[in-house]
Amino acid sequence: MSEQRESLVHVRGLRKSYGDFEAVRGIDLDVWRGEAFGFLGPNGAGKSSTMRMIGAVSPASGGTLRILGMDPATEGPSIRARLGVCPQDDTLDTELTVRENLTIYGRYFGLSRAECRLRADELLEFVALTEKAKVKVDELSGGMKRRLTIARSLVSKPDLLLLDEPTTGLDPQARHLLWDKLFRLKQAGVTLIITTHYMDEAEQLCDRLVVMDGGLIAAEGSPAQLIRDYSTREVTELRFGPDVMLADHDALAGKVEDLAQRIEVLPDRLLLYTDDGEHAVAAVHERGLQPAAVLVRRSTLEDVFLRLTGRTLVD
Amino acid sequence: MALALENGRRQFDYWLTVYKRTWKGTLVSSFLLPLLYLAAMGIGLGSFVDSNGTGALGGVNYLQYIAPGLLASTGLQIAVGEATYPVMSGLKWQKFYYSMIATPLRPADVVYGQFAFIAFRVTSTCLVFLLVIAAFGGLESPLGLLGLPVALLVGMAAAAPVAAYATKLDNDAGFAMIFRFGVVPAFLFSGAFFPVSQLPDWIEWLAYVSPLWHGVELSRDLSLGTVEPWMTVLNLGYLLSWFGIGTWLAVRGFTRKLIG
Repeated sequence: MSEQRESLVHVRGLRKSYGDFEAVRGIDLDVWRGEAFGFLGPNGAGKSSTMRMIGAVSPASGGTLRILGMDPATEGPSIRARLGVCPQDDTLDTELTVRENLTIYGRYFGLSRAECRLRADELLEFVALTEKAKVKVDELSGGMKRRLTIARSLVSKPDLLLLDEPTTGLDPQARHLLWDKLFRLKQAGVTLIITTHYMDEAEQLCDRLVVMDGGLIAAEGSPAQLIRDYSTREVTELRFGPDVMLADHDALAGKVEDLAQRIEVLPDRLLLYTDDGEHAVAAVHERGLQPAAVLVRRSTLEDVFLRLTGRTLVD
Repeated sequence: MALALENGRRQFDYWLTVYKRTWKGTLVSSFLLPLLYLAAMGIGLGSFVDSNGTGALGGVNYLQYIAPGLLASTGLQIAVGEATYPVMSGLKWQKFYYSMIATPLRPADVVYGQFAFIAFRVTSTCLVFLLVIAAFGGLESPLGLLGLPVALLVGMAAAAPVAAYATKLDNDAGFAMIFRFGVVPAFLFSGAFFPVSQLPDWIEWLAYVSPLWHGVELSRDLSLGTVEPWMTVLNLGYLLSWFGIGTWLAVRGFTRKLIG
């Protein structure tokens, strides 16, 4: 990159402990102006703790943190004046109207009433809620509430927008509508920081992301770069039918393991990580194996994620 | 200080909207209950007491004797009500405090905004109640108007530590304890209806610990012009300490809860 990059969030050796529990165990990263930056990771990876520290509402337990060039320990209010925060739970006031939620929030930033009204109307237009302006928040659908929360986070015209799991719990239509809005914000020059555990969301929205696991950064890069670094170009999925047991899968894996860079044995199928999936399929057939179903697909961020953070369920 | 005032001003529209939404619902609890006490005790019981002579009351009739104490008690009850469920709602149910501190507002500003609203609720309710008392002839002289700032002070003296306590609770069951074992006994043994020296010693001493007794004393002394300077200073100092320490605890409790 030739032009001067401005680091809006500068993190070195950042830590966060709650009592004996270390939620964030020393991470380094920079978020550059204008990019969409993602935090991926299973539950408990330390994403939300990191987001709260970046939001200047949670003091760091150690390390360096600069947000918009300022230290949150001493300049929290000045930092928060330039942030937009869309929290994981909607913290809307459900008994106020849609429009009141925006105008009142604008007042917290010291905006005049006239300015709040003006921005509220613009933002309602932007998130397609103009018709609901006078409706109580209680009566909105989940997707509408998320859109309103995002609109509210934009009232202060922030330099940096923090979105903590923005589409969790939404139906596909609502998710796509939100992605569209976030994409337009990014085009308008707003820097986005997003946490998610939806891989498709990360691929859609993020220029660059980190995968967090156990309070540490497991990998960093663009979605394409991460796929190149941590997976293969393609994945061949072989299914041998319901009668084939896991033990048989292990035996079958032994017969084809030289055909792929990496093999994963699952209860219902074998995954062959290879740069040429079709070639692997042909080779499997040449060896006299008869899989009941074959699928060749491109590697996704999900493959990277599962490789880095494992398939074990985290509660 | 200037910043806290500015940040308090920024919350004005929020609390105004909340009040517009809830004022009708507060009418019954805020006004009707003290009115019933006024009628039953001041007028009903009062006519019985007064018929035996008012010497023991210092020359005023029974209604005038209990009016300052009732005013102070009303201030306390309104304030405690506003420092319990609304605080829990801001932290747990609606979580509106969390949306506030994502802005330039600090946890302390949120506390001051909440307290300013409680002060407004206490003052407006007690003002109306004071007018009703006056209409029933319960004010012995214009000095009785001094009962209003005292009601505000005793309200805030109780609201501040109660708000701090509310930040420690996981659910609202603890509030029933406050009302059952705090507010109701404090009200009955506040000295509003009879001097606490009539009580067994150990209850009398409990009454002296309660901020409401100090509020009732202060309110009555100022209203009836029976001020003993050192006692007034003691009452004032005691109530201000409750408010000061309570506010410090509340800011600490809010900060721990909101910023972690």
